[in-house]
Amino acid sequence: MTGKTLYDKLWDSHVVKEYGDGSALLYIDRQLLHEVTSPQAFEGLRLAGRQPWRTGANLAVTDHNVPTTDRSQPVADPVSKVQIETLDRNCAEFGVTELGMRDPRQGIVHVVGPEQGTTLPGMTLVCGDSHTSTHGALGTLAFGVGTSEVEHVLATQTVVQQKARSMLIRIDGQLGPGVTAKDIILAVIGRIGTAGGTGYAVEYGGEAVRSLSMEGRMTICNMSIEAGARAGMVAVDDTTIDYVRGRPNAPTGALWEQAEASWRELVSDPDAEFDRVVVLHADEIEPQVSWGTSPEMVAPVGSRVPNPFEEADPVRAQAMHRALEYMDLAPGTPLTDIPLDKIFIGSCTNARIEDLREAAAVVRGARVAERIRQALVVPGSGVVKQQAEAEGLDRVFTAAGFEWREPGCSMCLGMNPDRLEPGERCASTSNRNFEGRQGQGGRTHLASPAMVAAAALHGHFVDVRQLP
Amino acid sequence: MEPFTRHTGLVAPLDRANVDTDAIIPKQFLKSVQRTGFGPYLFDEWRYLDHGEPGMDCTDRPRNPDFVLNQARYQGASVLLARANFGCGSSREHAPWALKDYGFRVLLAPSFADIFYNNCFKNGILPVVLDEAEVERLFQAVYAAEGYQLTVDLPEQRVVTPGGEAFAFEVDAFRKRMLLEGLDEIGVTLQEESAAIRAYEQRRRQEAPWLFQEEGRP
Repeated sequence: MTGKTLYDKLWDSHVVKEYGDGSALLYIDRQLLHEVTSPQAFEGLRLAGRQPWRTGANLAVTDHNVPTTDRSQPVADPVSKVQIETLDRNCAEFGVTELGMRDPRQGIVHVVGPEQGTTLPGMTLVCGDSHTSTHGALGTLAFGVGTSEVEHVLATQTVVQQKARSMLIRIDGQLGPGVTAKDIILAVIGRIGTAGGTGYAVEYGGEAVRSLSMEGRMTICNMSIEAGARAGMVAVDDTTIDYVRGRPNAPTGALWEQAEASWRELVSDPDAEFDRVVVLHADEIEPQVSWGTSPEMVAPVGSRVPNPFEEADPVRAQAMHRALEYMDLAPGTPLTDIPLDKIFIGSCTNARIEDLREAAAVVRGARVAERIRQALVVPGSGVVKQQAEAEGLDRVFTAAGFEWREPGCSMCLGMNPDRLEPGERCASTSNRNFEGRQGQGGRTHLASPAMVAAAALHGHFVDVRQLP
Repeated sequence: MEPFTRHTGLVAPLDRANVDTDAIIPKQFLKSVQRTGFGPYLFDEWRYLDHGEPGMDCTDRPRNPDFVLNQARYQGASVLLARANFGCGSSREHAPWALKDYGFRVLLAPSFADIFYNNCFKNGILPVVLDEAEVERLFQAVYAAEGYQLTVDLPEQRVVTPGGEAFAFEVDAFRKRMLLEGLDEIGVTLQEESAAIRAYEQRRRQEAPWLFQEEGRP
């Protein structure tokens, strides 16, 4: 008999009942809630006269709609205001703990969970948000669900799941200087495509992943969904244990000892077999920039916008034509020649302390280029913001001409007032370059925090490795 | 939930790969706290030439004449024929809510994104995976014949063309049952599995007590 993968172990320890068709009723240890995908779930409970199965297993945070400007002011957008207040009201009514807009711990749900120790290794965790895959970095089985499933988890603490196939994405060797976790995951998506991981649970491994901090691992797991995989995960090691120790909701004392011993088992057995293995060599990964309207439309910074006429597959060629038209780009244009209008450093992909440190290191002592209309830094949480301020990073950014904002999802999806105007082009540390994602008619280029920071200073992308 | 057994309807072809849920229902409409009323804003940025906002009356908004759902021959379509990786991106259930509210009951594509696929079943929409070649043939057939209809039979798990040709499809037993009977999945779980869930929790409290210490803590 072959060994178990990390995914097998997490799955097996949470099966309440097998249905015999590959699906099972899976126990959910933790659910994170936010204001956009929860109102209809709470309403469903109310209409059916149901109570949460285990209230304490839920934590709510407002993040998608919140303004990133002065929080002492009321929310200006009346529709956003209703949604935020609906979450407040639902949490009060059902007794769910909420980190509301004015709580110092408030932030993006996928930054807050790990930071507070609400996410722990070995858990199953869901949230009505596709970037829930982020939490897999802690050796957690974490995936996004729809609102009906949010309600199902609230009411039963379980969800019916089809077991996925397993994929190992192994990044061998060491990353070169200036190349980061974001470049790894963009390169992976460029390789396997946005549907490459569909139907799979992905484990990331190899020397380059083992060498990453928890923040870097979260960046990679976060964008599993951009590769089509609902769940991404990294095996537990010292980095994981050191990150979790001392978090506000992490176990302590004897319970910690017991938990740690159990978490150490959360690795794929040496003889475990994966349904698919993808190998990339870290030393071949260069800083990446997306040029199109799908995260798979990505290329090394030193390359040019590709030519759809050279694409053999007609469906892909058509998608490329459409993307270049939307992005207003001509084939053959060097990626470093594309002029930018706005800069966004933030999102659940890249708004943790390490991301801000990387960006600040590039920015220190320089100025945002003339042509940039707005450059935003939006910390992932109140805790990240405080830490950054304690390190003086806020002053590095503001001295250079960036705006230093309050935490939230912000311009990653523009549900709050932070968004692109039609035709504006943005270098962004976020995760999606879909048409209209950052604002109707807006054009998004995805890259790492260091690359986006450097782009802010030059008004176009530059290769961070070539900076003095 | 509305049960689904057999459905015959007009087919609309959406000839793009990787249609994401941001395109199906843009972010500004996600601010609604309701489950209904999203239909008029389905594919808002592709369907209209102006910028849509929640609550807007769409009757007189300028339409994009090139967008497939604005063409006269596809009015009343209830079967959407699409390309690979349909529904990728965000987990927003607003996407199937909008498709359902517009009138779609069946989606046909070579592949769907996982979360979206799952969300469809919760809302009485049947997403059907056919292979690339079959989908390509259906695109040609729809373009060739105005008023082209397909019959989708869930009990038999097949899609039947007007000429009587049938394409088989897969669907797992649990989802099929929920959809056929239009069951409230939460009600079913509570009724059939409450004891199993409690037994699981009891065992886990022994094995991994730290997972239960959250109760009552901020």
